[in-house]
Amino acid sequence: MPRIDAALREIGALDALAAQDTPVHRLDPRVKLLATAGFVLAVASSPLREFAELAPLALFPVAMLAAGRVPFRLVGRSLLLASPFAVMVGVFNPLFDREVVAHWGPLAVTGGWLSFLSILARFALTAGAALTLLATTGYVGVGSGLGRLGAPRALVTQFLLLYRYIFVLADEGARAVRAHALRSASGRPATVRVWGSLAGHLLLRAHDRGLRVHAAMLSRGFDGSMPALRPLRWGRADSVFLAACLAFFALARFGHLAENLGRLAVGGAP
Amino acid sequence: MSHHIVEARNLEFAYPDGTAALRGASFRIEHGESVGLVGANGAGKSTLLLHLNGCLLPAGGEVRIGDVPVTRATLAQVRRSVGFVFQDPNDQLFMPTVGEDVAFGPANMQLPGEEVERRVRESLTAVGAEHLRARPPYRLSGGEKRAAAIAGVLAMSPDVLVMDEPSSGLDPRSRRRLIGLLAGFRHTKIVAAHDLDMIRELCPRTIVLHEGRVAADGPTAGMLGDRELLERCGL
Amino acid sequence: MHMSDALVSPGVGGAMWAASAGLAAWSARRLREEMTDARVQLMGVLGAFVFAAQMVNFAIPGTGSSGHLAGGLLLAILLGPHAAFLAMFSILTVQALFFADGGLLALGCNAFNLGFWPCFVVYPLVFRRMVGDKPGRGRLTFAAVLAGAIGLQLGAFGVVLQTLFSGISELPFGTFALLMQPIHLAIGIVEGLVTAALLAFVWKARPELVLPSATGPVARPTSMRPVLVAFAALALVTGGLFSWFASTRPDGLEWSSAGTCGREEPAVLQDRWHRLCAGIQEWTAFLPGYDFKSSTTDGEPVAAAAAGTPEAAREPEESGAPHPAVSSGTSLSGVVGGAIVLALIAMVGLGLRLRGRAEQAGG
Ligand SMILES: Nc1ncnc2c1ncn2[C@@H]1O[C@H](COP(=O)(O)OP(=O)(O)OP(=O)(O)O)[C@@H](O)[C@H]1O
Ligand SMILES: [Mg+2]
Repeated sequence: MPRIDAALREIGALDALAAQDTPVHRLDPRVKLLATAGFVLAVASSPLREFAELAPLALFPVAMLAAGRVPFRLVGRSLLLASPFAVMVGVFNPLFDREVVAHWGPLAVTGGWLSFLSILARFALTAGAALTLLATTGYVGVGSGLGRLGAPRALVTQFLLLYRYIFVLADEGARAVRAHALRSASGRPATVRVWGSLAGHLLLRAHDRGLRVHAAMLSRGFDGSMPALRPLRWGRADSVFLAACLAFFALARFGHLAENLGRLAVGGAP
Repeated sequence: MSHHIVEARNLEFAYPDGTAALRGASFRIEHGESVGLVGANGAGKSTLLLHLNGCLLPAGGEVRIGDVPVTRATLAQVRRSVGFVFQDPNDQLFMPTVGEDVAFGPANMQLPGEEVERRVRESLTAVGAEHLRARPPYRLSGGEKRAAAIAGVLAMSPDVLVMDEPSSGLDPRSRRRLIGLLAGFRHTKIVAAHDLDMIRELCPRTIVLHEGRVAADGPTAGMLGDRELLERCGL
Repeated sequence: MHMSDALVSPGVGGAMWAASAGLAAWSARRLREEMTDARVQLMGVLGAFVFAAQMVNFAIPGTGSSGHLAGGLLLAILLGPHAAFLAMFSILTVQALFFADGGLLALGCNAFNLGFWPCFVVYPLVFRRMVGDKPGRGRLTFAAVLAGAIGLQLGAFGVVLQTLFSGISELPFGTFALLMQPIHLAIGIVEGLVTAALLAFVWKARPELVLPSATGPVARPTSMRPVLVAFAALALVTGGLFSWFASTRPDGLEWSSAGTCGREEPAVLQDRWHRLCAGIQEWTAFLPGYDFKSSTTDGEPVAAAAAGTPEAAREPEESGAPHPAVSSGTSLSGVVGGAIVLALIAMVGLGLRLRGRAEQAGG
């Protein structure tokens, strides 16, 4: 998890990208949610060692990002920051699975290396897809899409409020940290005790704020249900897009595109 | 409720931790009046205002809006006629964009779509914030937030406007703009503030609150000149 | 300690999604009567608090872990288990969407590991029981540390099991558990201490937030029902999906390789069981180092020595996975093809980007 300022900046950057107006952004959030779900399933279900067959699937996030005018650099950096756990676990595969399963020219390749590469590719694709979804749909879009797809109302309402108040509370948190740093000679982070009272103050304020927000919502007629957020429109283009995506995922998943293309290139020799 | 009278009788209230915030406050505000509410920090201004639209219900005494007593049963009706602008606009701007936030109240009133849209447009125009419509609230300056919050309340076309420190945190120019804006409203207004100059400009009448009770109530001009009174009430 | 999409199989991910979505729907239903009390707004704002507080912190050196404040436990204490679970679900979604932390398929796993255990198990069965109705400060601290540690142990074990059943990592169960549990014991204790420090502060300032009166709706979480229901649902879903998967996946793999390599390989299908048995034998006859007695041509691999220890507990799905025919993706042509495809995609991306720029400049 990045530090608080960095996190806010990150959220802000993605947020700004999500506010753009491109054909990708104009798609119904539900369509993007469903397509992303299909994509993640296609990636996750593809056979472990056939990591080359994951290559065609990269078309989905790459095209979405490119058409949605989202800088690849931003997504790449987020991926690097988030990668440690998958890499740390995956790196054991070459150690534990040393069965040689293929020869690439002079190179004898073990199953472990293949599955490690596959884990890396899976990580990049799935995490990239999540970021793509957000950067082209926006948090609120995702929330209203989920709501319209049947997510419980309490969940959606608090999903939206959470996002709104992340900015307020992260800001308060950052100020508290700064105030602490200014008065702590060492410049080291707070001890547990100090942290407890620093965060405790934040918590009490957050709690009171929750009550005030509640009062403010009741004052304006809140009766338990959020009024419909932006109206969503699922048009023909949306249906076509979704169908095309799902068809492509199926083709990429079962069609062995990389293998067949490679055969053409290297002349059919295995 | 043709007469937008706001009346408090012997209001008493204590917070759950035992702090007695109101100890028998009474006043009566007539239709169309503009009343300032002043008092030291912790005097009970915010607490008092929260009783006016039933966000808090009194432990003793009662509040009447027109001829309706504020009780659990009349909350919906009361809240439609009393618009509340909170001290911290962050508490009030909870929707993803300014436009959606302003639409929140009217949409909850089950108004038809065009009517909601019309009210959003009109109230944003009234506070000079049409250009903020698509912006998320957390990216606004303090003054812009305040304007958006007021627009959200105006969109419900309340009869009575209750405002808690509307000018706090504003720079001089935003403050002037706000005062001009509020002076233009014909609503019954109740404004709590530490900004005595603003009170002087906006409110012919002032109520001074001290330790949960009304310490003085009368024309602003005389009251804000009374050094002894202000001193005694910590102002 | 977020489970990653890269390590989850669709079967495991789907089962955990079903369990977590079920819990979320059930929690939301329980909250429906309370939609107009402050709980929903508090969920939002306190969720944001946990999110912020997790970043105001000292990293735990050497683990690379992001675990800090025991958010699930704290939220359960402040909001009750149902609202807390929903809040955790949202927090994890934000982390998955904005920081690629975890992932969308793994969201069900993460909600279960970091939400279900602390909210529905540890809070009612450990924390509430331990603090009783009139706790002292020491007791509160001890309860928070114990609850934090237990919660994270359960969560970490969840990660181990989900990874194992997914069969994507080759880490043997024992090794992985031995890696995960002690690290997360340490983290859990730190989390517990941090949470306890926070609770101690709040306890002094506003005790009613930590222990709402015993009659309040928050204070009836000790019922075992949610736990049992969730377990039953999980068992059913897992069983169903799992058996379906175990039976289809190896075949599916071979079917697809047979179908597209352009030649029928019925032998592969028959061979499967042979090779499986042979594989198990090869495993037990542990051969050190590299012994390349395998000759690998497409579809005719002989299982070579695997350096792993025999794992009797391996699921059929998993033992099937390392052994079936080497299929397209592993051959040289597959790799070359993959590279070509990637190059093509990069060109498509570039093309779209340029067109976007041109449009932007034009309009
Ligand atoms: N949520 C709360 N819980 C407990 N006590 C409270 C709470 N809110 C306010 N109080 C107490 O009630 C009293 C009145 O507070 P109130 O907020 O009404 O004062 P105020 O006049 O609005 O002050 P300010 O000018 O600082 O806004 C104070 O003593 C305050 O400490
Ligand atoms: Mg106040």
